[in-house]
Amino acid sequence: MISAGLNAAGIRADELRERSILAGLTSPSFVILGLLLFIPVGWLFWLSFIEQDVFTLENYARMVTEPAYRSIFMTTFQLSVLVTVLSVLLGYPVAYMIAMLPPRAASICLTLVLIPFWTALLVRTYAWLVLLQRRGVVNTLLMDWGIIEEPLQLVHNFTGTVIGMLHIMIPFLVLPLYANMRAIDRDYTRAAASLGASPPTAFWKVYLPLSIPGLAAGTVMVFIICLGFYITPQFLGGGRVTTLSMKIQQNVATYFNWGAASSLGVVLFVVTILIFWGFSRLFPLRRLTEVGGS
Amino acid sequence: MTEDFVPARSRLWLYALSGLVIAFLVVPVLIVIPLSFSSSTLLEFPPRAYSLRWYTALFGSIEWRDAAWMSLKVAVLTTIVATPVGTAAAYGLHLGGFRATGILRMLILAPLLVPVILTAVGIFYVYALLGLNNTLIGLVLAHTMLALPFVVVSISAGLRSYDMAQERVARSLGAPWLRACWSITLPQIRLPVLSGALLAFISSFDEVIVSFFISGGEYSTLPRRMFNALRDQIEPTIAAISTILVVLSVATVAALEMTRRPARRD
Repeated sequence: MISAGLNAAGIRADELRERSILAGLTSPSFVILGLLLFIPVGWLFWLSFIEQDVFTLENYARMVTEPAYRSIFMTTFQLSVLVTVLSVLLGYPVAYMIAMLPPRAASICLTLVLIPFWTALLVRTYAWLVLLQRRGVVNTLLMDWGIIEEPLQLVHNFTGTVIGMLHIMIPFLVLPLYANMRAIDRDYTRAAASLGASPPTAFWKVYLPLSIPGLAAGTVMVFIICLGFYITPQFLGGGRVTTLSMKIQQNVATYFNWGAASSLGVVLFVVTILIFWGFSRLFPLRRLTEVGGS
Repeated sequence: MTEDFVPARSRLWLYALSGLVIAFLVVPVLIVIPLSFSSSTLLEFPPRAYSLRWYTALFGSIEWRDAAWMSLKVAVLTTIVATPVGTAAAYGLHLGGFRATGILRMLILAPLLVPVILTAVGIFYVYALLGLNNTLIGLVLAHTMLALPFVVVSISAGLRSYDMAQERVARSLGAPWLRACWSITLPQIRLPVLSGALLAFISSFDEVIVSFFISGGEYSTLPRRMFNALRDQIEPTIAAISTILVVLSVATVAALEMTRRPARRD
C-alpha cells in the first residue's frame, strides 16, 4: 500500500478501489429498497394506467366524477388538517416546557412522550376503544362526577378518530421540535429581555422564529402521516369515517380492483411528495431525519 | 435557566397545559395494565376484583402463542438482517463522498415517506407473483426494508460525532481497513448501532399494515392476530397482550435512553 501510494497513478487507483468498496457497502440497502419498495410501488403506478393491456385514464377519471371519492378525499384532508393543527397547538407547549426544564426533569418528561411513541399502534387503538366506548372509562367517570347525564358518543365516529390520531401524532411533533429547541441559545432571549423586550415579545420575536425549523419538520411529518392513516379510522371511526387508505384496502380486499386501488395510492403518494417537497423548499428540513429517537 | 424570561404565572399555565397533554399521551397506554388484571369481562375501571384469568386464557391459547412466537422470530431475524446492512450503508454513505450521497440519503428515508398502505399493497402484489405471501422470509424482507431508515439514521448520527481520523491513523500504521473499522470504529459507535438494532426490533414487532396484507393463517404475527381480534370484539385477553406490549415498549425506551446517555457525556 505504501509503495503504491508513492506515485499519483497508484493513489488514484487506491482511491478508486476504496470508492467501489464503499459503494459496495451501501448497495445491499438499496437492493432491498429497490426490490421491496421501488419495484412494488412502481408496478402499482403502471397498473393504475393499464386495464387489460390498454392504456387508460379511467381510474383517475373516476375520482373526479364519482361523489363518493370526492367525499373520501375531503374526509382525509379535513382529518389531516384538524389533527395537524391540534398537534401543533398541544405539542408546542410540551416541547417548550421540556426544553426549559432542568436536565433530569426534562429527561423524565421526554421518556413519558417516548413511551406512547414506541407502544404498538393496536395497543393504543384498543386503549382508546376501552376508554371512549359508551360504557367506557371516560363516560363512567364523567357520569359519576355528575358532569353529564347521558353517556357521550365519543368513539365510532369522527371525534374518536381525531382523539386516537392526535394521541399518535403529538410525539411526532414534539420530538423534532424539542431537538430544535434544545439547540436554541438562551442568550438570545436574555439579550432581548435585557434590551427591554417584555417576555411575550421576546418569545414571539426571538424564540418562536428560532424554533421554526423544528416546528416545520414536525408539522410536515404529522401532516403526511395523517394523510395515510388506516388503522385508527378503521377501528375508532366505526364505519362513519372513510379515509383514502381505507378505500385502497377495500378496493384490493373486497373488489380485487388493483387499478382503482393503485390510482388512489398514486394520488396519495404524489400529494405526500409534493407537500414534503414544498415544505423542504420553504424551510430547512434537516431535522426531519432526527425523528425516530436518535 | 429562563426564570428571567418567563414570569411565574405564565409558566404555571405552561406547566398545567403541558402536564395535561403528557397525561393524555401516557394514561391511555397505562390504563390497559389494571384492566388486564380484572376478573370480569366488563372493562370497568377501576376493576371490582382482580384475577389472572385473562393471562391464563392468553397463555393457554395456541393461536396467541403461535402469533407471539412468529412475531418474535420475524423481529429477531429482521434485526439480524437490518442492523449490519444498515450499518454498512451508513458507513459507506458517510465516507463515500458520492456525487449522489444527498439523494441516496433521501432514498433511505423513502419507507417513511411512502404511505404504508401503498407499500403494503405493492409488496402483496409482487409477493403474490413470487409466492412469498405467508412466508417467514417474505415477512423478514419486508420488515427489514421498513426498518432500514431507523437503523441508518441512528448510525449516521453516531458517525457524525465520531472522529474518523482514528481509523485513518490505524490504517496508516498498517492495519488492514477491515480490521481498523472492526476494532477502532465499530466499538466507538456501538451505542448508535445498538439503538438502531432496538429500533429495528420494535418497528418489526409492532408492524401491522404490511403484515396484515402479507401474513395470515399460521404465519400471522401478533399485531395481525390483534387486528382480527379487535374487529370481532374487545375482550380483556387483548388487555393482557397489550400489557405485555406496553412493558416491552417501556423497556425499549429505557434501553434507548441508556444507549443515548453515555454518548451525551462525550
